[in-house]
Amino acid sequence: MYQTKGSDENMVLSSEDSSSPDETECHLQLGLSLSLSPYATSSLSSRSRTSSHSHSVLTNNAPTSQVVGWPPLRAYRMNSYNSHAKSQVTEVFNSMVENSKANIAVVRKSSDNGSVDNSIIGKENRNPRTRSSLFVKVKMDGVPIGRKVDLSAHSSYETLAQSLEDMFNEPNTVLTCKVGLNGVNHGIIAGADRHSKLFDGSSNFVLTYEDKEGDWMLVGDVPWWMFISSVRRLRIMRTSEANGLDWKNRTAD
Amino acid sequence: MRDNHPPPPTSDDDHRSSSLPDLARGGQITDSSSSKTRPGPGSSSSSLPQPGSGSELQAQFPDQVLENVLENVLHFLSSRRDRNAASLVCRSWCRAEALTRSELFIGNCYAVSPRRATARFSRVRSVTVKGKPRFADFDLMPDDWGAHFAPWATALAQAYPWLEKIHLKRMSVTDEDLAVVADSFSGFRELVLVCCEGFGTRGLAAVTSKCRLLRVLEVVESLVEPVSEDEVDWVSCFPETQTHLESLVFDCVEYPVNFEALEGLVARSPGLKKLRLNRFVSMPQLYRLMLRAPQLTHLGTGSFSDSEALEQEPDYASAFAACRSLVCLSGFREIWANYLPAILPVCANLTSLNLSYADVNADQLRSVICHCRKLQILWALDSIGDEGLQAVATTCHDLRELRVFPVDAREESEGPVSEVGFEAISKGCRKLESILFFCQRMTNAAVVAMSKNCPDLLVFRLCIIGRYRPDAVTQEPMDEGFGAIVMNCRKLTRLAVSGLLTDRAFEYIGRYGKLVRTLSVAFNGDTDLALKYVLEGCPNMQKLEIRDCPFGDAALRSGLHHYYNMRFLWMSNCKLTRQACQDVARALPHLVVEVINKEDEAAVDDIELLYMYRSLDGPRDDAPQVVTILH
Repeated sequence: MYQTKGSDENMVLSSEDSSSPDETECHLQLGLSLSLSPYATSSLSSRSRTSSHSHSVLTNNAPTSQVVGWPPLRAYRMNSYNSHAKSQVTEVFNSMVENSKANIAVVRKSSDNGSVDNSIIGKENRNPRTRSSLFVKVKMDGVPIGRKVDLSAHSSYETLAQSLEDMFNEPNTVLTCKVGLNGVNHGIIAGADRHSKLFDGSSNFVLTYEDKEGDWMLVGDVPWWMFISSVRRLRIMRTSEANGLDWKNRTAD
Repeated sequence: MRDNHPPPPTSDDDHRSSSLPDLARGGQITDSSSSKTRPGPGSSSSSLPQPGSGSELQAQFPDQVLENVLENVLHFLSSRRDRNAASLVCRSWCRAEALTRSELFIGNCYAVSPRRATARFSRVRSVTVKGKPRFADFDLMPDDWGAHFAPWATALAQAYPWLEKIHLKRMSVTDEDLAVVADSFSGFRELVLVCCEGFGTRGLAAVTSKCRLLRVLEVVESLVEPVSEDEVDWVSCFPETQTHLESLVFDCVEYPVNFEALEGLVARSPGLKKLRLNRFVSMPQLYRLMLRAPQLTHLGTGSFSDSEALEQEPDYASAFAACRSLVCLSGFREIWANYLPAILPVCANLTSLNLSYADVNADQLRSVICHCRKLQILWALDSIGDEGLQAVATTCHDLRELRVFPVDAREESEGPVSEVGFEAISKGCRKLESILFFCQRMTNAAVVAMSKNCPDLLVFRLCIIGRYRPDAVTQEPMDEGFGAIVMNCRKLTRLAVSGLLTDRAFEYIGRYGKLVRTLSVAFNGDTDLALKYVLEGCPNMQKLEIRDCPFGDAALRSGLHHYYNMRFLWMSNCKLTRQACQDVARALPHLVVEVINKEDEAAVDDIELLYMYRSLDGPRDDAPQVVTILH
């Protein structure tokens, strides 16, 4: 149960930046000027983050930089501040999506003010910061120290996957995230091995999550809003260990 | 085995009998007379010889009188440092002190076992236990690293059934632990949880329902897991009768509480002085609570906004005006700036104002701060800008503590506060003792100015968000600024540095920072020399936390003479090798040396984290798999 005071934001879209030739599913191309370039530099060791303008629009709502634990602010404070920043960015994002020519299954623009009553939007200084944060733990196999990611700062699997890839930036990591869209499976590769163009379409890791019932599922099978409401924590699992997961699992409404 | 410290002196008292009635019970010391500040070599000290003939008994009377006097005098000693010193005089003083210590402070839960602590101190009424080091707050430690309260809960329940207070910081606390607390201490009065995690509403409900004499329940900056299948309405669990509540703090709890129950609770808690609400309490609800509790001195205002548009808004200012004793305001979680003037009636008496969740601009701040002449503590967001800081400097001449947090913590941002506001503060707030300042740009000149204008500084924490950023005007390193701080602020005990710093800054710290106990270093320094300066120059260093600095083995070895005097050393992502850590572990057997490697299959030498601390009881047995304890 997540205390989103206002209406939920339900936006399911799919975009992908590049695909492996081996992927048999069809890919939707979102006609946005945004692109999740796999070649966008995102380096933990670099001192400043260089990113294309378009890239930065999407990821500006991600909390701070990729340097773990810097600046030294507790996640608790990040909660509040992020709400402020992301509410502004999400509105930009919303309007861009509406202008796109994408074939989007369900788009519901939300009032970020978090209130059903639109008449109060006109009030002065109305602070749109009413979305609650949703920090969940994320652990990557082989990395001893886990992180936290604020899921409410994201509105799609793509931005989440990108954010996670930045967080656990490994030169040879490719994160695979399948997004199911009303029965149609789309292979989304977000982030990429810097050296190869998604070599073989295979990746080293898959993104999984533990739901409210304690089951581990593959991320991407259900609509985003459904995922948000049931996710407890994330695990970036080695593909070799992910065999037991039910890829076709559908969570009941 | 290398022993850096001689055992404390003993006196003739040691050979006396231990059969005297009340004092003698404390006479059995199960370990050597090692105090908490110095782990001596583990020596044995068993029971003292029994009394023999009557002549010995007669000779004991003056000692008994002395011990009685001592106990009575020691009752007045409250400072734990004084008590630690007293306990080192001789064994009988150690015994007497142990009998009279009622507040037990454990600075590192792994420095001593619960069994040992409770065995030495038998009459404790209040316990404080601290667990993880501060850098754990920033995701630099595995989640399951440790600091479990459970073994302490069990030991305390057994040893101190009369226990009244428990304060925990950065401990892992479960619902079961809280249930143990609720069940074990019939006279329990005070529970304070700061930066803790692992528990939920079930645990809180156990406390509120069973601790009938509860006066203080404070959950501060703790993670109360909201995704619990069995969420419990803990506020409703308070007894139906009048309560003894004096303080109820739950501003960090991230989901709604039963407001009706809360209102009823406040109404039947006549002693309630401190109430800090979470952001799910709206402005109109706050209004109703304030009407019920005009005696409040500390108020956390909850969201300070309204999700509905009421036709008739209550006169919020009048509610504030009715709280004549209010001296501390916080909250403002989702502030609707229009409501800010409501606090005007109390501004004149405010000594503490926390607006650090309120995105207000300079004008909005000025409108209230200009009335806050008595303000001593101010926490704010940098949204107030340099102008807002100037407004503070103009009015708040009594300010002792200032914290300025960033709204936007990204490194490439333009910040709204800078050296200009910083220097203005130094000019207006001469009595400043503690500052925490996040900014995107700073100059040596401004920091030097503060060092001269505010000589009473005890805590100086400057965080220039852009790593390796030099003086914004001269492009020089920030060495001179921080150097001036340690040089001119003679009372400084806590320092956090940032920006572009060379070894020179640390040379200054080593030379002048003689009272510094806590030092935080991140992305600074050039060579091992920097850390050597500090370890060799700062005799009072207790807590040293370092991350992402080019400090290696030579630096680590240079502190061997001092590590037993410290609470801990933290070094993450530096240039240490496993061998050096191993050498330290061998050289100092009472040090617990924990290392975590960068990755499972990484080279053994890729040390991600070195965390080491002194301990009387050796390596712990609850470390997760990623932690290796060297020996």
